[in-house]
Amino acid sequence: MVQTLDTQPTQSNDTPRPSRIAETFARLKAEGRTAVLPYLTVGYPDLETTLAGVPAIVRGGGDLIELGMAFSDPLADGVTVQKANQRALENGVNTGTTIAVARQLRAEGVEIPLIAMGYINPIMRYGIERFVADCAAAGIDGLIVPDLPPEESDELVETCRRHGRDFIMLLAPTSPERRIKEVVRRASGFIYCISLTGITGARAELQEGLADYLARIRRYTDLPLVVGFGISTAKHVAQVGELAEGAIVASALLNRLAEIEDAPLPDRIAAIETFVRGLRG
Amino acid sequence: MTPTGTTTDQDATANSAFRVPRSAFTSEPDVRGRFGEFGGKYAPETVMGALDELEAAYEEALKDPTFMAEFARLEAEYVGRPTPFYHAKALTKRIGGAQIYLKREDLAHTGSHKINNALGQGLLAARMGKKRIIAETGAGQHGVATATICAMLGLECIVYMGELDIARQAPNVARMRLLGAEVRPVSSGSRTLKDATNEAIRDWVTNVETTYYIIGSVVGMHPYPRMVRDFQVIIGKESREQSLHYLGALPDYVIACVGGGSNAIGIFHPFLGDGEVALIGVEAAGHGINSGQHAASLTAGQVGVLHGAKSYLLQDEHGQVQEAHSISAGLDYPGVGPEHSYLKDAGRAQYVSITDAEALEAFQLLCRTEGIIPALESAHALAYAAKLAAERPPEEIILVNLSGRGDKDMNTVMTALGME
Repeated sequence: MVQTLDTQPTQSNDTPRPSRIAETFARLKAEGRTAVLPYLTVGYPDLETTLAGVPAIVRGGGDLIELGMAFSDPLADGVTVQKANQRALENGVNTGTTIAVARQLRAEGVEIPLIAMGYINPIMRYGIERFVADCAAAGIDGLIVPDLPPEESDELVETCRRHGRDFIMLLAPTSPERRIKEVVRRASGFIYCISLTGITGARAELQEGLADYLARIRRYTDLPLVVGFGISTAKHVAQVGELAEGAIVASALLNRLAEIEDAPLPDRIAAIETFVRGLRG
Repeated sequence: MTPTGTTTDQDATANSAFRVPRSAFTSEPDVRGRFGEFGGKYAPETVMGALDELEAAYEEALKDPTFMAEFARLEAEYVGRPTPFYHAKALTKRIGGAQIYLKREDLAHTGSHKINNALGQGLLAARMGKKRIIAETGAGQHGVATATICAMLGLECIVYMGELDIARQAPNVARMRLLGAEVRPVSSGSRTLKDATNEAIRDWVTNVETTYYIIGSVVGMHPYPRMVRDFQVIIGKESREQSLHYLGALPDYVIACVGGGSNAIGIFHPFLGDGEVALIGVEAAGHGINSGQHAASLTAGQVGVLHGAKSYLLQDEHGQVQEAHSISAGLDYPGVGPEHSYLKDAGRAQYVSITDAEALEAFQLLCRTEGIIPALESAHALAYAAKLAAERPPEEIILVNLSGRGDKDMNTVMTALGME
């Protein structure tokens, strides 16, 4: 069954081997670098772009990759991600596609951490146990579920722990202290710090007060802090790098892809690599 | 007198299978905002703090006699409550079976039950010091009710409405604008209520510090399903008292349409402990359940998460939410309130469905027999009531929640009937 595909045997009481995500942040810290985490919606504008785009991101210097799993009603996302989700669904992509994509990327030698990001309903429909087991077998290292706050996360957190996957939780500028404590207690891998009060989407400037907000979180956790939402340019990445361990770049990369949707595949792939390299300034 | 027998109605409806001791039935969410397994708070972290705040503010308001007195005063003086409990004699005679009574929510200010909730939440928003109000709307009834309350309370009002609904409910769009609200068209997805709700949630996530989101039905994340219900139970409380007062008995059946389910939960709830009263929710079967083009989440959906709550949901095998279809914009929603899912699984309420064509027929029947133009939503409840009444003896009482009036539906009905 699904279990037998699990390539990482669960080590029950021994200290678990640090996850690929933890190892990556440890290495980057030693090198004094900020992690760059580009995001692609799996199947946008087509599946070939995802399969060839991930190695391009690696070549361009991306350190971890978020693989977005399309959903019909992505209510934490702005127009850019909504459109990418819609297009991916029209291309016939589903939850199983992301797992298959990860499996293929691993088979082709991609070694950086892969993180699946998606809403809870398709995951529930796939089956939580089956989903996490399949993620583990396919080499997906962590999960981000933007509509699953700590109140609803028990089952997924426990399942991820059992399969040695990181469950990455989100905090927002509006999260009060008691919620910060609750979130960091359950999180692993890193903390996804939403940069602004709002939905995803490229922005011209970073929100003010980021330093105070991150300092508030830092008081309660040693986990790496990664900032997402609105991070669009090399300048933003550098600004975030002063305060946090990593930056997620999603809508800006999707916008770049949208501009060249109809270009031949090699051009799209080259554009992804160039864009990601450009984020290092 | 109140009927006391609990075993006399086992044959009440062909497929009823009540498994719960009917006399002791209650339904309240637990501390996690769950009715059994349904409900919860599947929301982005950004609004989680605000949901806690809302819950606390609501609990405080409930305990504040001034707040409750103001709500009661405005329900009476502004909304026009209690709404009548009307014996539809001509309709009953035409059908020739059980007695049909109508709870006349269509006579409430703004023309539907939606005003009860908009008033309650509007007062709560004002109490919390929030000046900017957002809402989603399908048929436009909740949008109009919210715009109305915002005008009265001097609050800014923005209503999200799907482009398709804007086209088919033009009179309500005009009303909202006249009342000073901004109507923002939503062009994503199916361009109906589901997408308007997504967009309202996105607005709330972005402006949560200044904005109060008035959800229009018993859907969404906790505490909304409970709070909206609490503001709507006045329908059932009045109905129960009126029935006892005028008839000396409770109805045998209470029937209401179910989209998100606020008018249904409002009229059902006070009857939950009256085991002898059968509660029947009527969903929209659109072109027929087998056509796949319908909005019958409880009849044909599977459990999932939409708009922050776990409930029955129209979805495909991959968990993508499917587009609903109904001639009635207010029922055109692929989800349903979590408390209905609970009542269904507990066996305390049963859920049936009525097609577009059947609803249209009932719509005309009420117009011609009673001189009442019902909302297309309410016409679904009427259609089922008419079917049931024909099979039941004249001693039995069927109470239908006439949740709204049909002026808004003129274009849709004229087009459907080829009377343009």
